[in-house]
Amino acid sequence: MSNADTHGDTKPTAFAQAMLDLRESAVLSGTEKRNLAICAIVAALWALLPLFSTGYILSLGISITIFAGLATSWTLFSGPTNYISLATAAFFGIGMYTVAGGVNLLPYPVLILIAAVAGALFAALIGLATLRISGVYFVIFSLGLAELVRQVVSWGQHVMGTSSGLYVLVDRSDSVFFWQLLVFTLVVFLVSWWIGRSRLGFALRIIGNDEVVAVHCGINTARAKVTLFIISSTFAAIAGALVAPRWSYVEPTLAFSPFLSFQVVIMSLLGGVHRLWGPLVGVIPFTIMWEFISAKFPSQTTLLLGVAFLLIVYFIPHGFVGLIEDFSRRRSGIWAALRSKWQAKGGGHE
Amino acid sequence: MNSPSAALTIGGVTKRFGGLVAVNNISFTLPANKVLGLIGPNGSGKTTMINLISGALKPSAGAIHLHGDSISDRSASEIATLGLSRTFQIVRMLPGLTVLENVQAGGVFGHRRMWGTELREHSRALLQKVGLQGVDDTVVSALTYIDQKRVELARALVADPKVLLLDEWLAGLNPTELKTGIALIEQLRTEGRTIMIVEHVMDAIRSLCDTCVVMNSGAKIAEGTPREVLSDAEVIRAYLGDIDA
Amino acid sequence: MDIIIIGLLLGGTYALMAMGLQLQYGVARIMNLANGEMLVAGAFGTFWFYSATKFSPLISLAVIVPLAFAANWAIYRVLITPLVRRAKSQGQLEVDSILATFGLSFIFVGGLLALFGGDYLSYSYLARPIFILGQPYGLNRVTAFIGALALCAGLYIWLHKTRAGLALRAVAVSPSAAGLVSINVPRASALAFALGGAVTAAGGSLLSIFLTFDASLGVVFTLKALVIVIMGGVSDIRGAIVAAFILGLAETIVASLVDPGLTLAAAYVLFIVILLIKPEGLFGRRSS
Ligand SMILES: Nc1ncnc2c1ncn2[C@@H]1O[C@H](COP(=O)(O)OP(=O)(O)OP(=O)(O)O)[C@@H](O)[C@H]1O
Ligand SMILES: [Mg+2]
Repeated sequence: MSNADTHGDTKPTAFAQAMLDLRESAVLSGTEKRNLAICAIVAALWALLPLFSTGYILSLGISITIFAGLATSWTLFSGPTNYISLATAAFFGIGMYTVAGGVNLLPYPVLILIAAVAGALFAALIGLATLRISGVYFVIFSLGLAELVRQVVSWGQHVMGTSSGLYVLVDRSDSVFFWQLLVFTLVVFLVSWWIGRSRLGFALRIIGNDEVVAVHCGINTARAKVTLFIISSTFAAIAGALVAPRWSYVEPTLAFSPFLSFQVVIMSLLGGVHRLWGPLVGVIPFTIMWEFISAKFPSQTTLLLGVAFLLIVYFIPHGFVGLIEDFSRRRSGIWAALRSKWQAKGGGHE
Repeated sequence: MNSPSAALTIGGVTKRFGGLVAVNNISFTLPANKVLGLIGPNGSGKTTMINLISGALKPSAGAIHLHGDSISDRSASEIATLGLSRTFQIVRMLPGLTVLENVQAGGVFGHRRMWGTELREHSRALLQKVGLQGVDDTVVSALTYIDQKRVELARALVADPKVLLLDEWLAGLNPTELKTGIALIEQLRTEGRTIMIVEHVMDAIRSLCDTCVVMNSGAKIAEGTPREVLSDAEVIRAYLGDIDA
Repeated sequence: MDIIIIGLLLGGTYALMAMGLQLQYGVARIMNLANGEMLVAGAFGTFWFYSATKFSPLISLAVIVPLAFAANWAIYRVLITPLVRRAKSQGQLEVDSILATFGLSFIFVGGLLALFGGDYLSYSYLARPIFILGQPYGLNRVTAFIGALALCAGLYIWLHKTRAGLALRAVAVSPSAAGLVSINVPRASALAFALGGAVTAAGGSLLSIFLTFDASLGVVFTLKALVIVIMGGVSDIRGAIVAAFILGLAETIVASLVDPGLTLAAAYVLFIVILLIKPEGLFGRRSS
């Protein structure tokens, strides 16, 4: 029966295989249904925020929503693979500049689409150049990427004789803006969840564990990595396009600030990159704390951000999720110990 | 050229590392449904040969065919999907994954592609077959070295390969474990699997292999049944050193 | 013609900077993303020294190099050693050290901002022309070039003629084998890291003689040094020197023919070419 040759000619076509995959993954387990329900309730509650608050709280809510989306999409690629991308700002800036440059020419939704395509193409180029070779080259490449794009954009503006700052005047109330971002972040979540339970997500975890084993399991590692990198970067570009109107004035040094890449990495790490909800757990406290710090020590932000980063790398290397899971494991360990002790005592009484 | 029953054909394969010729113009054939033993003293180039077949390394010269398909110019992942699986001399586990997931890894994009319940059930069955029960959800680091080797074998089997390469899979087992190990490979052999084993354990070679290829310093020095090659004067000299000199 | 000479003059200083990174990455095996910030710190140090004392910036090296050595030794001991200890694998150490030094780079930038502010800093030293082949060049560029070459040569000789240098080269080839022949690997790694930092800071000092700096420029220099090291090969000093000159030339060509604001693009173009054609470096052999 298990003669090796029997499967050679019964291989399903790629399309049939894809349909089978789809049917298989459409079956949700009980826990998955429960988690989706929880997720929907939390999102619905969060969507009510603009009805109760305006101004400061709402803008904090906006920051949290946008960083939740960015950090989750960062983790989608960098979490399972351990390929640390320091280039979020490059893609974010591309999205922002697409909107800023075209806002007087094309309707806003079209610009968002163009931003997504531009981000995807750029990510594909970078992925194909760097991700076929493993490891550290990718990180290095991503390190200066935002600065590179900034230089090129500034140069382009200089050559075309446009001024470096651009105004993005799109009429949006804060609430509509908030809901837009919320939808974006929900899409990021759903896509990440879907990928996480797909073949592709599993392949990526294998790659992150041992790339040599991955290729010998038949995984086309380059294709898997490039695909995920494109998806993750496209989200960053869309985020930039969505945020552009809120900034209303866009300038290369702001749009491509390395600060953003740094914040996204730090929040994801703080939360934990091996769970879907990990980044979210990092984003909320960090954004709130950051509001406070940048208000109190406006001139020391870079220094303090660096210090916070080191603290996280050294003291909570697995993020809050790691802490929580350690704690619950220890607690269940204690319970088990107590129970066996109690049972032993009970045994003694008999 | 390739006889229809040839599962794996190695034709004049050479591999150089700078000045060192690790594999020197080697040719042999592994017939379908047979077990071939590749033996030789330490450093004779056996693992390099496996790396060349599995695509981990590219040959400097020569051709390798799997059931008639040339694989020497393909990537390791393509070769795996064409139906070749291997284990590693030093076990390679996926430490962040559970035991079951480690086995499943072989089947997601392998020769026989599976997913979901089918993959899960098939992987469970294989874990049972290699003698591992009740550890599906433990982390692999909790397993002993031997059990990790079992997991690796299950991972290599899950995609139902046409050819299986085992690099010293029996090394490091104690006598009892060795017996079970040999019995396990024996079982794969009676199922009709095509296997190439690299081993230093001569008992295993004698009882398992249909044919044997002996390497020394990268070159093939003998080929034949285990009985023939193990009594060959040159083979004995290669293992024991030149007594006269 | 003068593009070539200016390019070569720049390449000399880049070679020094890349040797610093090579010591840290090739020997200590720490991918230091804060390397460029160390360079900027060296430049700022020289600026400060020159403004305060009016002595030649070259004399500032006598202060900056030992200070940078000590600082990097401390960084290795305090920040990197715990990571080396806790790392279960080389891959894990790589990720951890990338993250840690990335955080460190922001601390550096923050510190420099706090000390010197966010403006561009420059000073004028030896800003007179010197004639080479009948063409005028800034004497400051030539001075920096000669200074860099002298340091490069000194370092090269030290690495090849002394026991300590031999130990470092052994660790670069194989830390485990070096350990077997009773080389104290942790100590050699710390030495290489500290020395690499000192060399990088010296490169910054010399660059400050003819370039303007601001606190946020570090990442650009980190990237340039990394591109040189990748192009030249991780443990090949001659390769790095050739690569440094190639980058110096490429940048000068881009700056004078296209736009001085696009020097990073030149580095990236070289980077992509290398990745696509010869990822093992100019003189590296394909290992697989
Ligand atoms: N990637 C490599 N680069 C350079 N040399 C290598 C490489 N891989 C193997 N070698 C050399 O090739 C020769 C053959 O090694 P190989 O591992 O194939 O031997 P082996 O027969 O498997 O030995 P053992 O029985 O000890 O496993 C050795 O001299 C080894 O040092
Ligand atoms: Mg071997």
